[in-house]
Amino acid sequence: MTDTMTVTGAAALAAAARPWTTGTERPFVRIDRITKKFGDFTAVDQVSLDIFKGELFCLLGGSGCGKSTLLRMLAGFETPTSGKIEIDGQDMAGIPPYDRPTNMMFQSYALFPHMTVEKNVAYGLLRDGVHKSVVRDRVAEMLKMVQLHTLAGRKPHQLSGGQRQRVALARSLVKQPKLLLLDEPLGALDKKLREETQFELVKIQETLGVTFIVVTHDQEEAMTLSTRIGVMNAGRIIQVGEPPQVYEYPNSRFVADFVGTVNLFEGRVIEDEPDFIRLAVQDLPVTGEGSGAASAGGAGQIYVGHGVSCTIDQPLWYAVRPEKMRLSRHASDAPNSYPVWVEDVAYMGNLSVYRLKLPGGRYLLASKANLSRYEEDTISWGEHAWVSWDDTAGVVLTQ
Amino acid sequence: MRASTLLLVFCIAGFIFLYAPIVSLIVFSFNENKLATVWSGFSTQWYVALFQNAQILGAAWISLKVAVVSATLASILGTLAAYVLVRFGRFRTRSLLTGMSAAPLVMPDVITGLSLLLLFVAMEQAIGWPAGRGMTTIIIAHTTFCMAYVTVVVQSRLSDMDESLEEAAMDLGARPARVFFDVTIPVIAPALVAGWLLAFTLSLDDLVVASFVTGPGASTLPMVIFSKVRLGVSPDINALATIIIGIVALGVFVASVLLRRKPTRA
Repeated sequence: MTDTMTVTGAAALAAAARPWTTGTERPFVRIDRITKKFGDFTAVDQVSLDIFKGELFCLLGGSGCGKSTLLRMLAGFETPTSGKIEIDGQDMAGIPPYDRPTNMMFQSYALFPHMTVEKNVAYGLLRDGVHKSVVRDRVAEMLKMVQLHTLAGRKPHQLSGGQRQRVALARSLVKQPKLLLLDEPLGALDKKLREETQFELVKIQETLGVTFIVVTHDQEEAMTLSTRIGVMNAGRIIQVGEPPQVYEYPNSRFVADFVGTVNLFEGRVIEDEPDFIRLAVQDLPVTGEGSGAASAGGAGQIYVGHGVSCTIDQPLWYAVRPEKMRLSRHASDAPNSYPVWVEDVAYMGNLSVYRLKLPGGRYLLASKANLSRYEEDTISWGEHAWVSWDDTAGVVLTQ
Repeated sequence: MRASTLLLVFCIAGFIFLYAPIVSLIVFSFNENKLATVWSGFSTQWYVALFQNAQILGAAWISLKVAVVSATLASILGTLAAYVLVRFGRFRTRSLLTGMSAAPLVMPDVITGLSLLLLFVAMEQAIGWPAGRGMTTIIIAHTTFCMAYVTVVVQSRLSDMDESLEEAAMDLGARPARVFFDVTIPVIAPALVAGWLLAFTLSLDDLVVASFVTGPGASTLPMVIFSKVRLGVSPDINALATIIIGIVALGVFVASVLLRRKPTRA
């Protein structure tokens, strides 16, 4: 299967900051085999998740994968068909939204249109019967934190999208909830503002020490924000892990494809040794190298530089990311090297993405960081070239 | 003739067809002559005469009371009905209830009036209430058919409203009743006012239903006008009609302005 799940770079982080690695700390949010059915449709299917105090956990998935339904069950807007939710040791069954220790930031922001910014933020505190003078101070403090204190008297329709987003955030944080649920918190912002707000959100989360659960369909957002990501599909959690783990060690074709861009090959094991395996891949051209050329039966080969528990002739998938590939004019001595024709180059500023055509007609994507401002002899479209990658560049997937 | 000219002619003809009678009525309300159809000079004497006519003033007062009470009742009931239809998801009899709550919109007045009259008579025999017929029965009858209009108006506003507003309030600690008064009512307020105004004008207008369910001593303004006109058109009726047109036009205008305002999404 996949090799051992160690994330080298993250090892520098103290284990205390990553309680999911130790298994000794009690989880703050415990989702235990939660299922939600709407008629015949199963929106959330037997999901179990442990989320720890102070985490910024992202639920990542496409539309209709059940991530929002899961969030709404945590907030109390939906009742689970079966299963149990525990927040800070308290069973949430039968507890209505207005009695839960959670607050939610809605995708539409759901600011009350007839109230000023100040009244919007104060609403939650007033419902708790907090004294008016305390409310005024807390609201002022909160608005200052999101830099909206000068706009306290405005109505929501007099604000820009980014300002509304911050009002919504202030309103959901002012009650100092144990758990903050955010439904696509940055979805309605434009790209530039989204990137700025991402960092602001992380900063606020770290300052207040509130546990965040964020629902998003944007994998970049999930990568930037989260301590851990839960990738969902069709109502199930497919993989849970820290961002580098999910990106570099996806556990399935779905995750590999959903998080980032990937070149996926379907292959068959032709050589199974303790420290390497060889796959025969129909889509790849025969390059004449490698000892197993004959047994590949006319198919190209991929050399994987580590042992995989598999059997000969077992079908497997191999995923390699565009940035792990190299492009050169001549055949390289890398274990995996194939001739290609450059069909197209997309220049994106920081990197260039190459669309490569293999002799068999299959397309690959390779990317190259544009490290210098001026390159004389760069490979361009319409050229013949060689693409290659290391024997540790890709991931072998069984499902 | 060019198409645009033709269009203009049709347009003007249409407006004349619709509004010539009303304009002539307004003009003749300022007529000096005692004969309602012969112009002899400008005067406001019929307005003065109108305000000295105790019968008409009494009827106007009854009409006003009926309109205010029934519009208010219809607004409350219609809003509740709309809330159930929009917010309670799909329940078994939802489409039936939707259809039934809108049915009075297309029901002929004669049938509404007759069926209500039969109901009131049967109820009086069975439970002794409402005792006899008069203002109470008119109010109930008007509430019944006005409610349908309020339901339709409020329903469309409610389904436009972002449901997460209510969820946000609940999430912040407000119980459902609190949410309804803090968030739902203010957001749908324009539709409530529009619905009320619509109900008010409809009640003020109604002749047929009121005629069926009224009793001695409770004659609404349209009933008094109708009975007077049967004895010949007197100029003070023109004055009265002009005032009513003014009130109704204002009501409809305000209602349509309020309804055109889109809910502000934030």
